[in-house]
Amino acid sequence: MILEVKGIRKSFGALEVLKGVDLQVDQGDVVAILGPSGSGKTTLLRCVNFLEYAQAGRLVFDGQPYDLSKITKKEIGALRRKTAFVFQNYNLFLNKTALQNVTEGLIVARKTPKAQAVEIGQKALAKVGLSDRADYFPSQLSGGQQQRVAIARALATGPEIIFFDEPTSALDPELTGEVLSVMRDLAEEGMTMLVVTHEMGFARNVSNKVVFMEDGVVVEAAPSKEFFESPRSRRTRDFLQLIQQE
Amino acid sequence: MSGHVWEVVADSFMKILLPGLTITIPLTVIAFSIAMAIAVAMAMVQFAGVPVLKQLARFYIWVFRGTPLLVQLFVVFYGLPNVGILIDPFPAAVLVFSLNEGAYCAEIVRAALEAVPAGQLEAGYCVGMSYLQTMRRIVLPQAMRTAFPSLSNSLIAMVKDTSLASNITVAEMFMATQRIVARTYEALPLYIEVGLIYLLFSTVLTKLQQVGERKLGAYTAKEGR
Repeated sequence: MILEVKGIRKSFGALEVLKGVDLQVDQGDVVAILGPSGSGKTTLLRCVNFLEYAQAGRLVFDGQPYDLSKITKKEIGALRRKTAFVFQNYNLFLNKTALQNVTEGLIVARKTPKAQAVEIGQKALAKVGLSDRADYFPSQLSGGQQQRVAIARALATGPEIIFFDEPTSALDPELTGEVLSVMRDLAEEGMTMLVVTHEMGFARNVSNKVVFMEDGVVVEAAPSKEFFESPRSRRTRDFLQLIQQE
Repeated sequence: MSGHVWEVVADSFMKILLPGLTITIPLTVIAFSIAMAIAVAMAMVQFAGVPVLKQLARFYIWVFRGTPLLVQLFVVFYGLPNVGILIDPFPAAVLVFSLNEGAYCAEIVRAALEAVPAGQLEAGYCVGMSYLQTMRRIVLPQAMRTAFPSLSNSLIAMVKDTSLASNITVAEMFMATQRIVARTYEALPLYIEVGLIYLLFSTVLTKLQQVGERKLGAYTAKEGR
C-alpha cells in the first residue's frame, strides 16, 4: 500500500466537511473519487496534500505513519516531494513558459542542474504532446493545453502518486478528451493516481477502484467493475441511476 | 518678450539643468530605490501576516502617509538637531523621500500581491517549493507586473516632489532657479523654464514606463510567439 488515510476529519467553522474518512491506495492504482458537489471529495484531496489542514486523522505513506493533527512543516515538505497535484483550474505559473513551469520545481525545490531539468522537462512535455509549445506562456495556451502542461509539471518531479482535483471540470467536452487521453496513458504505464472527477467514463474505464463519497463520509469503496455493475449501497444505486439519466 | 528675456532664459538653461542632473535625478533614483526595498518588505510582512512586524508596518505607513512631506522634511532637517542629530541636506532629503515614498509604494505592492491568484502559491507548494521560494519566483514577479504602472506613477510624482527639498537647502533644480530669479527678477520665464525641464524628465520616465510595461508584460500577451 502506498497511501492510507484513516479517520480524517476536517471542519470549516461549524461546517463539518470530512467526518472520518478512510482511504487506501495501492501502488499502480487509479482511484476515482466520485460524489455529488459538497460531499468533501476535493477537501479530502487537499487535506492529503496539506493545502488544507485536517483536524484529526492518520496518514501512512510508503509505510511511514503521520498524525495529521500535529504534522510538522518538515514532514509536509518531505511528503510533497513524493507527490504531485493537478488542479481544476490548472494553476500554471503565469509568469513562466510551459517548459519553465515544468522545470521550476526541479531547479528551485530539488536543486536539479538546469541542463538536466530542461531535459526532463522536454521529455515530460513530449509525453503530453506539447513539445512545440515549450516556449509559450499559459495565457497563450488553450485550457486543455494548460492542463496537459500541468500534468507534465506533475510528472517531471517523478512523484509516487499524482492527485487530480477535477482535472477536466473547467474544460469544454472537446478539450476534456485530450486531457483524459493523457491520463489514460499514464494509467496504462502504471502511474498511481487519485482522481476526484465527475467523468463517469473515466471512472468506469480507466480507474480500477472507485470511492463514492457523500456528506463527508465514504458511502462505498469498491473495484470499478463491481461499483458500476453491482453497487452494494442503495445510495450508490440512486447516484448511478441519476447519472445515467443525464 | 524682449531679447533680454531670451538671453536670461538661454544663459540660465545649463545652470538649472545641471543641478537637475547632479541633484534632482540622483536624489530621485537613490530615494526611490530605497523606497522600493522598504515597500516590498512592508508589503511582504503584511501579506504573510507576520505578527508584530505587520503592526509595525501599518504604523509606519499610517505616520508617513498621514503627515505632509514638507513637515517630514522640516522635522528631520530642522528638528532633529535639537536632540543632537545633525544630518546634511542631501542625506536628510534621501531619508525623508525614501520613507515617504516607501509608505505609499508599500500599499501599491500589497494590493498587487493580494491580486495574485491564491492558486499560484498552492501550485508552488505542490511542486515542492517553500513559501519564500514561491513568493520570490512566482508571486512577487507577478505582483510587480501588476504594480508597475502605479509605481511608475509614484516615481514621476516623486521627481516633481524633489523640488520641496529646496526648503531644506538642497541645491536642486528649483533652488537654482530661485537663485537666478532673485538676481534677475525674471520670475515668469524662469519658473516656466524649470517647469518645462521637469516636464522633460517626466516625459522621459513616461516613455521608459511604456518600454518597461511591454517588457514585463510578455507573459500576458495573447498572441503566439
